[in-house]
Amino acid sequence: MVLNWKLGGLLLGLVFFAAVLLVKPIGVSTQFVILNGVVADLVSPDFITKTDDAYTSTNAYMAKSNGSYAKNAANPLNYSFVFVLAMALGAFLSARLRGGIDAAERAAPEIWRANFGDTPVMRYAVAFLGGFIVLYGARLAGGCTSGHMMSGMMQTALSGYIFAAGAFAAAIPTAMLMYKRG
Amino acid sequence: MTSILLAIVIGAAFGAVLDRIGATNPNWIGGMLTLRRLHLMKTILLAIGTGSILMFGGQMLGLVDVGHMSVKAAYVGVFIGGLMLGAGWAASGYCPGTGVCAAASGRKDALFFIAGGLFGAAAYMATYPAWKASGLLDDLAGGKVTLGSVPGASYDGLMAMSGDLLGIVLGAVFVLVAFVLPDSLVGERQPVEVPAE
Repeated sequence: MVLNWKLGGLLLGLVFFAAVLLVKPIGVSTQFVILNGVVADLVSPDFITKTDDAYTSTNAYMAKSNGSYAKNAANPLNYSFVFVLAMALGAFLSARLRGGIDAAERAAPEIWRANFGDTPVMRYAVAFLGGFIVLYGARLAGGCTSGHMMSGMMQTALSGYIFAAGAFAAAIPTAMLMYKRG
Repeated sequence: MTSILLAIVIGAAFGAVLDRIGATNPNWIGGMLTLRRLHLMKTILLAIGTGSILMFGGQMLGLVDVGHMSVKAAYVGVFIGGLMLGAGWAASGYCPGTGVCAAASGRKDALFFIAGGLFGAAAYMATYPAWKASGLLDDLAGGKVTLGSVPGASYDGLMAMSGDLLGIVLGAVFVLVAFVLPDSLVGERQPVEVPAE
């Protein structure tokens, strides 16, 4: 069961506040790049290299900002990467404690089945493609729903408002066209 | 080591709350983005408002370190990337954080979302030089700016007015909108049928 919005919103707001009080604003999408960097460096050890006092990479994106992404990929036991792992753990435990998700819902959500029937393979394909555009877009924008929309607008960042405008301008028509039922 | 401990505590709390508010459930995301069920929108607006009021209020009282703020740059690519993320978010029902949480809560389709996301991030890593050369990543309106000027912050304000006060006012506006927003903006085509979990 989903929390009442007043309680849920208050709790979510407190988590965002705790993050900025104790460490820094919440963000997630950068860690997809970091994980790619970890994997790429395992496959090809020259991908990330240590210079005198910093890190760099053969990939221009990993090497930007004086190699800050390269540094985090070389040392994945850092705050932001562990944060995302812990986030998954928190969601796992929370879902377990409320009894988990039923089998049909685990394969494809109800809103998908209401519009496209029992087509899990098509659902997986859309989820894959959706993930591709979401992360490409998030990296182009420099952040995602967490970093730009929530953390950004909370800090009155201009970029957060620009991002939210773009995201909803595309998301609302897409959702209305795709999901007429449910 | 303290920072790793904080990552575990705050990260786990974030994941658990995302799970409990329905943000990791594509049925709730779909309801919000089709404007049929705005419950989750109200939750998110209240959260942004709450976070803003507490953060700027804490700064004014000297309880919150202004140096903890981290403002991202504004550039044309932020809007283009936002459009892309929005389209994929609506189609899949997941964004980066909620996709990871959904997979952890047992949703198989979310694993495909994460796989697609890793490839999408890799594709951006490969094409980054072209975006950089295009000028679409160049700062807009000062780049890393807040709407007002926050005392003690290393970021410029778009407007000269007091940024912390403005943050509290905007936070209050978010809270107010959360309260006045109706449960639905379009007629229900179908009865609200969010499956019990």
